[in-house]
Amino acid sequence: MTHAARLGARRSARPDVVVIGAGIVGAACALALVRESLDVLIVDASFTGGGSTAAAMGHLVVMDDSPAQLALTAYSRGLWERMADELPADCEYETRGTLWVAERDEDLEAARAKHAGYAAHGVAASIVDAAELARLEPALRPGLAGALVVPGDSVLYPPNAARWCVERAVALGARLREQCEAVSIDRGAVRVRGADGVEETVSAGAIVNAAGIDAPRLVPELPIVPRKGHLVITDRYPALCHAQLVELGYLRSAHGLGGESVAFNVQPRATGQLLIGSSRELVGRDGSVNRALLGEMVQRAMWFVPALAQCDAIRVWTGFRPATPDGLPLIGRWEAETGVWVAAGHEGLGITTAPGTAALIAADIMGRGAPIDPAPYRPTRAMPRADAAQAEEPSCRAT
Amino acid sequence: MPRDVTIIVDGRPIAAPEGTTLASALLGAGITQFRRSVTGESRAPVCGMGVCFECRVTVDGRAHQRSCLIPCTDGLHVETMPNDVRPWVPAVHTDGGVRTCDVAVIGGGPAGIAAATAAAEAGARVIVIDQGVRPGGQIWRHRDPASLPKLARAWIARCERARADGGSAPEWLARSTVFDASAGDDIVLRLTGEGPAAAGTVRARRVVIATGARELFLPFPGWTLPGVMGLGGAQALLKGGMTARGWRAVVAGSGPLLLPVAAALAHAGARVTYVVEQAPLSQAVSFGAGLWSRPAKALQAVRYGASLLGARIRFGTWVASAEGDADRVACARLTNGRRAWTVPCDVLCCSYGFVPNVELARLIGCDIQRGRVTVDATQQTSVPGVWCAGEPTGVAGESAALVEGQIAGLAAAGADARAHSARLQRARDAWRRFGDSLTDTFRPRDAVRALAADDTLVCRCEDVRRDALDPSWTVRQAKLYTRVAMGPCQGMVCGAACANLFGWSAGTVRPPVGGTEVARLG
Repeated sequence: MTHAARLGARRSARPDVVVIGAGIVGAACALALVRESLDVLIVDASFTGGGSTAAAMGHLVVMDDSPAQLALTAYSRGLWERMADELPADCEYETRGTLWVAERDEDLEAARAKHAGYAAHGVAASIVDAAELARLEPALRPGLAGALVVPGDSVLYPPNAARWCVERAVALGARLREQCEAVSIDRGAVRVRGADGVEETVSAGAIVNAAGIDAPRLVPELPIVPRKGHLVITDRYPALCHAQLVELGYLRSAHGLGGESVAFNVQPRATGQLLIGSSRELVGRDGSVNRALLGEMVQRAMWFVPALAQCDAIRVWTGFRPATPDGLPLIGRWEAETGVWVAAGHEGLGITTAPGTAALIAADIMGRGAPIDPAPYRPTRAMPRADAAQAEEPSCRAT
Repeated sequence: MPRDVTIIVDGRPIAAPEGTTLASALLGAGITQFRRSVTGESRAPVCGMGVCFECRVTVDGRAHQRSCLIPCTDGLHVETMPNDVRPWVPAVHTDGGVRTCDVAVIGGGPAGIAAATAAAEAGARVIVIDQGVRPGGQIWRHRDPASLPKLARAWIARCERARADGGSAPEWLARSTVFDASAGDDIVLRLTGEGPAAAGTVRARRVVIATGARELFLPFPGWTLPGVMGLGGAQALLKGGMTARGWRAVVAGSGPLLLPVAAALAHAGARVTYVVEQAPLSQAVSFGAGLWSRPAKALQAVRYGASLLGARIRFGTWVASAEGDADRVACARLTNGRRAWTVPCDVLCCSYGFVPNVELARLIGCDIQRGRVTVDATQQTSVPGVWCAGEPTGVAGESAALVEGQIAGLAAAGADARAHSARLQRARDAWRRFGDSLTDTFRPRDAVRALAADDTLVCRCEDVRRDALDPSWTVRQAKLYTRVAMGPCQGMVCGAACANLFGWSAGTVRPPVGGTEVARLG
């Protein structure tokens, strides 16, 4: 190939949009944008679904830590429902519902308030008492107060869901470059470095920074920190639990950017395996197993489901949630720089809210009205200071 | 003669001599369908030594128990192919407590026994942590000590009473494995298993890793059929009390284990029809010629040969595929690359040498090169306070393990000068060379490494077909997208198969190594 031809090839390859990051959020954005008939290039420093997505539980859940969180999760869960029939079997999409377990009567009060909020938003849910809870989930310890049942929540296998989005996007004309790191964004162009170490500049009409915990490497002002979590997976015990079981205190654990916390969160997988979570800590990018925190997390889970004690744990892993100080993702135009959009900072809800995020980004880039109010997610919104966020809530520890 | 005990299998009483392992008793009673795989295939024991997780059954209501690790006791209730799988709720939680020692030895085979003996004789307080019911590891696995070779009996007896003046003999923690290890000022080992100390912790100033090796399995069409097992697997199951009366056996693969396994099967009542070695005759002969400098080994080989009258012995020949039904293998297809022929069989033993067990060493952070733990002249690893002996430093067999174990044990006990003794160092170097030539001679040929067809399962835990794996992926991609190597065995079987098929290397190791109950993580 002559030099001119190579240049020509590069020029004609100038995409309308570069999506940085092929995690679930970037993958969903790419798919939404290619469906707008845009020419999309996806770049990822490693491979599709290999970052936070790889470590995620894959719980598609409506959450109500704030009205904006409720709006985005409820909207997104609906989008997943509509995609469900298209998803291949290896995405393991299953609607099993969530049980928000109330330990004491006062927790049941919280469940009732939660119920009202869900109802106001059109999210089906119901309160069950202690006896009904024991009937639904006999593996739970006796003496719990009850639960809020959200039957429409689902589960999927995140790495393959991201892969499916990317493969769909590629089938519709998008291009994918894995092992290709975005090293900087400058004046409507992305500087990328391929696996061979060769750098080049790709200019595009729009750049979507969906790089998760790496998003601040390209836009240093983004208030995203890695929040580490542990998960345990067991051998197959298909009859033990039926719905995803989460303690009502989970929101306390997830809220704010406090120190170490654990909460009971057990998910029965389509395979019959159980995923045991969850923990949160801010330790930079140290991915090693924190044995003490893992111990607390497991103790908490065994307190709720005593039979877990004898299940065989086959693997433990850690991952990093891209967390923001106010617990909401950063979705929309980055006004400080022309042609840059942000879709990052989803903390533990990236899998759930990927399709909603993609719809907001696509609408914004296309200059269309947003499907839900985009204001609460604007990347340039005012944020609580990190230290204020830490002081806001005492961390929720295992009891 | 041990007395018979009665176990109840799927409601049916079965008698077996006391001490027989459960897997051996079931196979001996003609039961070949142990568990149902995730895609519904029936499976039976393959490795016989706790690695492959294919022999899992429900024992006394407790799901997913490896039957090859459980001795038969009166009244044991066993369910095979269970439909309803639930965790077991015990009456009491056990807590093995915390033990402290100068030197913890992980593994009770020849390397571990030699290390424990040398360290205790040098005055160290020693704890040995071993998966087996009795000392000896895989090579010296036994039910009756009288059945052991003299050398093994002598070492086990010496280890039992090894101590310096005023010291104590090694404490032996049987039926225990280490699932987590962290190195700080002390090295903390967390234990799992069935032994009385199994739920406890060992704090050691120094550690000798003597975790041995597992077999190398290379997938071929039909390798997941019940009745297809490893050479070492067959040996372990026979030592565990399996009878093979009336079985037609094909013994295949590579390496010096072929003849002893064939002889042991014949001794247990099987009719061995074929013994096939993939290495060409010329290669095996030149290795065999080297054995004349080691008369004991040569004599052993001749003895095995004599007990196999009637078996056809073929070199440069391998198993291309196997066929059978859900119940068991029916025949093996053999080939020498020019022609292929079918041999009926009830059991097909096939494996290609050994893979060092380096997972614990990797977890502790020891440097590992080409699958072997890097050690210095005294067997010390790259992590201060951690030594390694035997197969994890490179497969070389029992004699190498004994010498390396002694060196490591002495050094770990602080007897550095003796660990450096010319006699031990020379012997170790000689056995290492022997090990290297063994590995070179019996390295599987390319044709054997590429036998898996598109629909052959590579990962037996998660039933991942070969054509589901894209060779352009990294190992991490493969794991995430298909769950290959992510099942209960955590790649202990298919990891090496993937390395051979796709060049994928082992990933990171995290606790729990080998798995443990959730409660142990808490």
